[in-house]
Amino acid sequence: MAIIINENTNVIVQGITGKQGRFHTRQMLAYGTKIVGGVSPGKGGQEVEGIPVYDTVYEAMENERVDASVLFIPAPFAKDAAFENITAGVKVLVIVTEHIPVHDEMEIIDLARKKGTTVVGPNTFGIVSSGKCKIGIPPNQFFVEGPIGVVARSGTLTYEIVANLTANGFGQSTVVGLGGDRVVGLSFVDVLEKFEKDPETKAVVLVGEIGGNAEEEASLYIKKMTKPVVAYIAGKSAPPGKRMGHAGAIIERGKGTFGAKVEALQSAGASVATLPFEVPELLRNALK
Amino acid sequence: MKLFEYMGKSIFSTYGIKVPAGKMVTNPDDAAKAAQEVGGPVVVKSQILTGKRGKGGGIKFADNPEEARQAASDILSMTVQGHKVERILVEEKLQIDKELYLAITVDGAAKKPVIIASAQGGMDIEEVPDDYIVKQHVDVSLGVYPYLGQEISRRLGLAGQISKEFKQLLILLYKIFREKDAELVEINPLVISGDRLIAADSKMTIDDDALFRQKDIPYVEERTSIEKQAHDLGLAFVELGGNIAVMANGAGMSMGSLDTLVHYGGQPANFLDAGGGTGMEGTAKAIELLLQTNPKVIFINIFGGITRCDDVANALVQVKKTRGIPVPVVIRLVGTNEEEGVKILQENGMNAYKVMQEAAAKAVEIANAG
Repeated sequence: MAIIINENTNVIVQGITGKQGRFHTRQMLAYGTKIVGGVSPGKGGQEVEGIPVYDTVYEAMENERVDASVLFIPAPFAKDAAFENITAGVKVLVIVTEHIPVHDEMEIIDLARKKGTTVVGPNTFGIVSSGKCKIGIPPNQFFVEGPIGVVARSGTLTYEIVANLTANGFGQSTVVGLGGDRVVGLSFVDVLEKFEKDPETKAVVLVGEIGGNAEEEASLYIKKMTKPVVAYIAGKSAPPGKRMGHAGAIIERGKGTFGAKVEALQSAGASVATLPFEVPELLRNALK
Repeated sequence: MKLFEYMGKSIFSTYGIKVPAGKMVTNPDDAAKAAQEVGGPVVVKSQILTGKRGKGGGIKFADNPEEARQAASDILSMTVQGHKVERILVEEKLQIDKELYLAITVDGAAKKPVIIASAQGGMDIEEVPDDYIVKQHVDVSLGVYPYLGQEISRRLGLAGQISKEFKQLLILLYKIFREKDAELVEINPLVISGDRLIAADSKMTIDDDALFRQKDIPYVEERTSIEKQAHDLGLAFVELGGNIAVMANGAGMSMGSLDTLVHYGGQPANFLDAGGGTGMEGTAKAIELLLQTNPKVIFINIFGGITRCDDVANALVQVKKTRGIPVPVVIRLVGTNEEEGVKILQENGMNAYKVMQEAAAKAVEIANAG
């Protein structure tokens, strides 16, 4: 099962001829992702890692069945590329690019909602249905198949937690990176709902961080879930008023604090880890 | 990037939003001159990037140019909430019949712009009861049309000429919000003065990620010198004052590293997100930056995804060879191209940890060893 993507998902890579696009195409292929094409305007007809390159998304779709697309496109041009995918009818769009202007992000999400496209990101590591399909940039070796759903706002921290899960014998159904920006396509609740329905997923790990109120909103849904949830919130030691890298990771006017998030999650019945490496043990207890 | 009040008002004015007559000055003599030009009683306002200036004494009234000179002199010697005052705005004192609140910002949860308005302006919007706040999301593909202004105006209880002015002003403010890539435009108070609607204050924040296409807005510096250098390198950096310099890749991972160091009794010197895909050169510069915080130890925590362990290792070796690293470095290195990275370090007399908490505990041990 898994959510959003699986072993049958056909993927195209936008920006496949760039340095990152090329490197991660190779990595995704090595993971077993079905990449059926690349898009790079003016470079149609070439091949990258044996994958045909097209000039436009429309051209790729004339030649292949495309279920998902991943963007390795510089921020100033990302909106155009996203619009192309959405209007061409791609149903899952993974936007890895960081530093996209927030007004562009709002326009992308607005169009995606109207056309029924699921947007993962922007500023995400991507999405992995472990053992089946990886779309994005995480290192391959840590993602193995299993019953744990993972949903996260940040990237590298998620690799840390997934690696800990794998080392402790917990494989993953799907690992979803919502993205670190203030405006992203999916919310915690969107993904939690899918995990709750997914028969393969037995428990969920939520990786949050200070700032905003996404974790507080997630708590309202967690209260209704039948599956156990273990959470880790990064930024316990962060000072207020300072933006900790991510656009959203800032404590403003006393809102979005570590304490408030932990309280909301705990009162909803989730177990909360204080440090990243405590997650596997809490999960073991939750699954007893 | 936050803008000073006078900059925001200058943008308002360009778009046709009414602002009080006034001028930004930097010394008492020019303040007196500005008061003369404006004529009549004036307000002398400190230009700083935090709110609540009034409570800190950063806003004074003056009836004539001489009083304006004195007020300016007082304010220019002040530090308001940690900000040294370098600029002041001298403006006409408005006849105030009523104060409203109006702002447009990004609602991350709704993924849309939201208009926030209240008939109880003048105070911090956080202190206004919810019943007196009007919130209206905007469909970005439609934008703001007069009907939306009419509806918000109705809910605020505005009528007649003021209602007409409000509709027009809201359209202009949304235009500014969009065209200037703002994360926030706020007018508090929006003053009803006779049959005019005047923006008596301005707060604007421009999206840092859009500055590449907002070249006509002057850059406003709000960071420490090291934070600025980091930004120029494309790194996110925050000074924290401890003695363990920290570099990790990814914002969440960086925060997780700080949390772990603090857990073991350490004091981080900084937050530094070396970012995704930062190459060798960027990594080398990041390490040089860390040394400027005068740490007792450097803790490097890399989980390679888009960042490659061999790049990080090569950068470390390069810095070690070219400038030397005068303090111990504790490295944790796993992920993409891990084997190559660890091999490069070992060939150059350095070791890497695999497990984050072991590396963090080691860094704390070194930092706290007197």
